[in-house]
Amino acid sequence: MTEEELSEAIAGATGPLRILGGGTRPIGRPVDGALLSTAALSGIVDYEPGALTLVAKAGTPVAEIETALAAEGQRLPFEPMDHRGLLGTQGTPTIGGIVAANVSGPRRIQVGACRDFLLGVRFVDGRGRVLKNGGRVMKNVTGYDLVKLMAGSRGTLGVLSEVSLKVLPRPAETATLRFTGLNEESAIKAVTAALGSPFEVTGAAHMQGATLLRLEGFGESVRYRARALQDLLASFGKAEVLPDEIETWQALRDVAPYHSRTGDVWLYSVTPTEAPALAGQLRGHGALDVIFDWGGGRLWVLAPEGQDMRQTNLRGHATLIRASKETRRRLPVFQPEPVPIQKISQDLRAKFDPRGILNPGLMEHIP
Amino acid sequence: MDMPAPDARIMALKPALVARLREVLPHDAVIEDEAETRAYECDALTAYRCPPLAAVLPSSTQEVSDVLRICHEMGVPVVPRGSGTSLAGGALPTADSVILGVSRMTDVLETDYENRFIRLQTGRTNLSVSGAVEEEDFFYAPDPSSQLACAIAGNIAMNSGGAHCLKYGVTTNNLLGVTMVMMDGEVVEIGGAHLDAAGYDLLGLICGSEGQLGVVTEATLRILRKPEGARPVLMGYDSNEVAGQVVSDIIKAGVLPVAIEFMDRPCIRATEDFAHAGYPDCEALLIVEVEGSDAEIDEQLDVILQIARKHNPVELRESGSAEESAKIWLGRKSAFGAMGQINDYMCLDGTIPVSQLPYVLRRIGEMSREYGLGVGNVFHAGDGNMHPLILFDANKPGDLELCEAFGADILRLCVEVGGCLTGEHGVGIEKRDLMVSQFAPDDLDIQMAVKDVFDPKWLLNPAKVFPLAASATRRAA
Repeated sequence: MTEEELSEAIAGATGPLRILGGGTRPIGRPVDGALLSTAALSGIVDYEPGALTLVAKAGTPVAEIETALAAEGQRLPFEPMDHRGLLGTQGTPTIGGIVAANVSGPRRIQVGACRDFLLGVRFVDGRGRVLKNGGRVMKNVTGYDLVKLMAGSRGTLGVLSEVSLKVLPRPAETATLRFTGLNEESAIKAVTAALGSPFEVTGAAHMQGATLLRLEGFGESVRYRARALQDLLASFGKAEVLPDEIETWQALRDVAPYHSRTGDVWLYSVTPTEAPALAGQLRGHGALDVIFDWGGGRLWVLAPEGQDMRQTNLRGHATLIRASKETRRRLPVFQPEPVPIQKISQDLRAKFDPRGILNPGLMEHIP
Repeated sequence: MDMPAPDARIMALKPALVARLREVLPHDAVIEDEAETRAYECDALTAYRCPPLAAVLPSSTQEVSDVLRICHEMGVPVVPRGSGTSLAGGALPTADSVILGVSRMTDVLETDYENRFIRLQTGRTNLSVSGAVEEEDFFYAPDPSSQLACAIAGNIAMNSGGAHCLKYGVTTNNLLGVTMVMMDGEVVEIGGAHLDAAGYDLLGLICGSEGQLGVVTEATLRILRKPEGARPVLMGYDSNEVAGQVVSDIIKAGVLPVAIEFMDRPCIRATEDFAHAGYPDCEALLIVEVEGSDAEIDEQLDVILQIARKHNPVELRESGSAEESAKIWLGRKSAFGAMGQINDYMCLDGTIPVSQLPYVLRRIGEMSREYGLGVGNVFHAGDGNMHPLILFDANKPGDLELCEAFGADILRLCVEVGGCLTGEHGVGIEKRDLMVSQFAPDDLDIQMAVKDVFDPKWLLNPAKVFPLAASATRRAA
């Protein structure tokens, strides 16, 4: 498939389209429509390790990109999650899918989200026009930043055909500090103190009784910061310093503890200090388990199927990541927006997709 | 540079408009006297001046909302203004517009070290944000050169960067939430103290929209704990190619310096005459700074110095003290002032892929000879954001126009090699008419469609960003 063919397919569409990359992240209100996949629009277009930039077609498998980056000692810094285990999907995750859903993992707390590393996009709008915004350079304020708007718009404003990303060097070494036995409140206090230190923590989580802090960089630097954090957090107990723990961070990234457990999965974004109380409140409403990432700012909540776990007066937002189609039709998947914001979202959709054919309803709640 | 002719209907409204504005604002917050409005006739792009119809200085979101509602009802254009430090004419008024200045809105509303954010009114200056959290050893990362004067409102409007964004990112990467007033006076909240947007990333859309989508009155910004220390190293090379290769090799080696600054010979000579920083007389000079504890800095500098030596530097100077560090930075920080001593100058802001650096510098040198105008280059090399400074004589008829033509050629060159017109200053009026070299008509149309959503009557900062011909029908509608 070429970008032109994608454009023709959209221009010639006579009804709703269900847009897929690799089809591994069926998040949102179910869409009825003809399938349009960008998987065939694949390949790395340009990679300049010395400039930390990579350009790839939207359907390029993430694995292909990670392999190319690894060969040059680099990586996607925002640590995108692989949703297959959690959502029970097959298929091949694509870079376009990651961008369309603005997928970021534990390192987001230190380096930023997927959208922060997205330098440019090419996409086809609902009229079939091929459009571009941003570019392949790191600093660019030329015109409006539609790059950010496209990240996380889940194919409802346009279908991505190509993305440019900033990448970063892979660190020489990694170490993990692990506390065990802290209650949630102490755990969040400990990771908060760590994140408020100058020691550049690149992961801060509390999962299944373990409180985890990740350090990355050159060897001496990692060892120095590990000692400094042990001292800083001595009042919380003695932290073990473990080398690597790649699997542990991958398990957190992919929310592995919920893979084999039944139940809906909700994702909360809040300020870290609010997290322990929120977790308590959610348990009161039936939550089965809570995992804390992003220093407590992100909560993965396992909940009984079909139950509305959205808290009113939440300062932050909640997304229903895993649930049956019926539940995703009945409950809002995304945080309901205040009326003026809802209007802006609707008006933007009407401009980008006047016929309303791109993933219609996916990000809306239609009661 | 063309600006739309002032609308006689709006000019005639002035007495009625001022009377209505005075109903919602204190007397001294509405400026209508022609001698006083002159204070708002330009920003830091001083070649273009035009006093506004009136200027208002609200103190709260509510007052901003009242002003915008009145202007919306009366169909009067509004030009938002932070501190007026835009180098792109982003805050240049038209004769039929009201300047809305946020300079009285400087309060810190909330400081939260545990959750690492500060919420404030956007008239506050960039440097005083860091000042407000300094006692706890925190700072706000984006640091544009104008940080002593520039307001957060303007930083958000232009998505400002700075010397340290290779590591910390630009404004959009450090902005968590805003309170924004729409042109019709409606107040909206976007984002908050938590991370990432719930629906569309409207925060990302607003940041860098040059005051055309709404007036941001309050902002929640991410604050960070200060690093334990920082240390620069200075390197001089005989050619731009070699210096460019050093930059690329450092990045490839896995070190992420907090800043990599580059100066070429004309710039080195000018700053040396002006600031006496003791820079070597060479073709290209790099300042590379890393952060951390002393031991961490040593570890990173080992890697960097090895690379530097491999490329046969004419000078390699490590800093052994805070004084020496300050001296290394002295020339770089006074570069603009030094060039200003020689002549009037225009500062450009294009970005290029780092690999194109030697070619672009060579082409700029050739063009400099063709145009007969001097040019010095100083820029953030790690991210390819160039700041060529073109020297001209404002008193010599035709020199400004010649300089602008030269500047336009350089920016077109940036686009040709895969870069862009502006890395951190914004489009404003300065690069407005060059937008067609970077964007196809449809690319501009979809951006203008976004403005249609936020400001259907095109009253907010209307004659900026988009070529006048491209926006004509929308502005007239």
